[in-house]
Amino acid sequence: MSPELFFQYLVAGITYGAVYAVVAIGFNIIYNSTGIINFAQGEFVMLGGMIAITFAQWLPLFWAIAAAVAATMLIGALMELCCIRRLKEPGILQMLIITIGISILLREAALHIWGEGIHSLPYFYGDAITAWTFGPVRLSPQVAWVLLACTLMVLGLQLFFNRSPLGREMRACAVNRTAALLCGVKARNMVTLSFVLSAGMGAVAGCMISPITYTQYDSGAALALKGFTAAIIGGLGNSMAAVAAGLLLGILEAFSITLVPLAFQDAVSVSLLLFILFIKPHGLFGSSEAARLKAF
Amino acid sequence: MQAQTRAGLAALITGVVLIQLFTAFTGTEYFLTQLTMSAYYALLVIGLCALMGYAGQISIGHAGFFAIGGYLSALLTTYNLQPLAEHPAVSLPARLGLLFTWENLYGETLLTFAPWAAAIIAMVAAALVALLVGVPVLKLRGHYLAMATLGFGTIIYRVVLALPILGEADGISEVPGFVMLPAGIVGDAALMISGDSSQRIFNYYIAWIVLLLGLILLLNLMNRSRSGRALRALHGSEEAAEACGVDTSRVKLQVFVLSAVYAALAGVLLTHFNGGIGPAEATVMKSVRYVALVAVGGMTSLWGALFMGVGLSFLSLRGVFGSYDDAVFGLILLAVMLFAPGGLAQINSRIPWRRLLPLKRTQDGDHA
Repeated sequence: MSPELFFQYLVAGITYGAVYAVVAIGFNIIYNSTGIINFAQGEFVMLGGMIAITFAQWLPLFWAIAAAVAATMLIGALMELCCIRRLKEPGILQMLIITIGISILLREAALHIWGEGIHSLPYFYGDAITAWTFGPVRLSPQVAWVLLACTLMVLGLQLFFNRSPLGREMRACAVNRTAALLCGVKARNMVTLSFVLSAGMGAVAGCMISPITYTQYDSGAALALKGFTAAIIGGLGNSMAAVAAGLLLGILEAFSITLVPLAFQDAVSVSLLLFILFIKPHGLFGSSEAARLKAF
Repeated sequence: MQAQTRAGLAALITGVVLIQLFTAFTGTEYFLTQLTMSAYYALLVIGLCALMGYAGQISIGHAGFFAIGGYLSALLTTYNLQPLAEHPAVSLPARLGLLFTWENLYGETLLTFAPWAAAIIAMVAAALVALLVGVPVLKLRGHYLAMATLGFGTIIYRVVLALPILGEADGISEVPGFVMLPAGIVGDAALMISGDSSQRIFNYYIAWIVLLLGLILLLNLMNRSRSGRALRALHGSEEAAEACGVDTSRVKLQVFVLSAVYAALAGVLLTHFNGGIGPAEATVMKSVRYVALVAVGGMTSLWGALFMGVGLSFLSLRGVFGSYDDAVFGLILLAVMLFAPGGLAQINSRIPWRRLLPLKRTQDGDHA
């Protein structure tokens, strides 16, 4: 493999990997506050892209994206308020099936609103063939946008969880819900907030990636599976490890093209997921002791 | 078998016969086609019900097993071995009587596996895959299990979509009929599982007989056998069951393999009935639909799974839901889990008039 090709694969891998990382963090935020794996996580990414594409017809790009993110956050909040909040003592199968049901409804709604066609946002800067050249590597400005947005989101989230009082309350709920309740934290609202946050992050990623990968009504499912793989590799609940794992997964996937046909590319990450689950049933960094004690 | 179960089975058989007579009198025999297909889907659904409701293990990958059964039998019964007839790998099964010669629509003579041999191979293959996947996967719990089975289903879908030998996006067509009774025993024509409209009534009964046998086997297994009790103990609490000496991983694996074989059998028979199979049968959405059917039937009720499996599949196949087909199943899934996690049977038992019926009220989880 020539060095140019190597770097080109690397850049492609990092771009996808950044999106997987954001989806994985979305999984983790909700998992930490509720113990639920939200199967509709990928749909947030799809919705963010789709809504932004619709708004972009009337609004400038920036405001279209902002409106799309706000709308997706609203959908995330509604999802929690209408479904998750009303459960009293939900079983795991019940919660699992509910998020699967929601993901189907969101996907079907998108199918009926936007049709089966492929949509995309315009490139934020230049067009599909604009590229900055760094020696042997050509970099699309859009890739820089994706990386910038993902980095800012991860850093912002880190600041939010570590510095702001609200972020601390959310972490308190994740560590011990009962104790947090006793300290006056409104645990239920923290759950809603976690859905809003992860919906918003997914939507931002969906807008950034839309010019490169296009957006289709069913593009969320594959993203959810890969984001989950990244979350598992990093250990559920560990957001910083999820970033590394997402990037790793994206790079692995990009280089897998040299070995297996493109049609099997999805199967690569899924096989990786199955393999990891087989050798470490609770994720690479998860402890089996803790998993047995946890309800979910 | 308890009297109540026997009465239920008798009522079901009567219902099946009455429906056939009704369609014969009203000239609406075209309904039988969808009822036949629904019965095969219901076969998969009751198998999944045993896994989900009784063993408490979710699987979002059963369309994968259905596809393994369907695709393998379609491939084996359509792949022409004539050019390889001299090869020992072909002549050996030929001498054992596993192969048969037939003529397709275009008048070509094909030498392929006989449908019954292909069916057995397909089911054994599905069982082996289930065993292989099940040993590591069933160690997982909850979300991990759901994602792992979802991943398995995705891989199967990708494979059938990408392999040229499986027809890629077109699937496999021109699958021959599955001859059950050769010509001359009953009437002049051979009776076979195929989409031929002259075989419609025969196919309807065959599908329902297969479904009934499958149901009786599961009812006996779940409600009256040692493994059935072990399974229900497992669903209640894995730790407690283990403490009582139940080999939980073994029991889980057994029921997983059994449900995979049910799915494969449904795939084999439906492929012969439809004369082909396509990648749409292997999608994740199909797997989710089966989960929805089990859920709406009440998880722990094989009868509920059977009725919902047949009823909703029938409506869906009739095109009642139009382009909202998948959305309807998503909505059903959501509504049942939010408002009646015990399935529709639970709503029914809350209705006061039910107390007026002379039926003895059975204990929860013992809907025999």
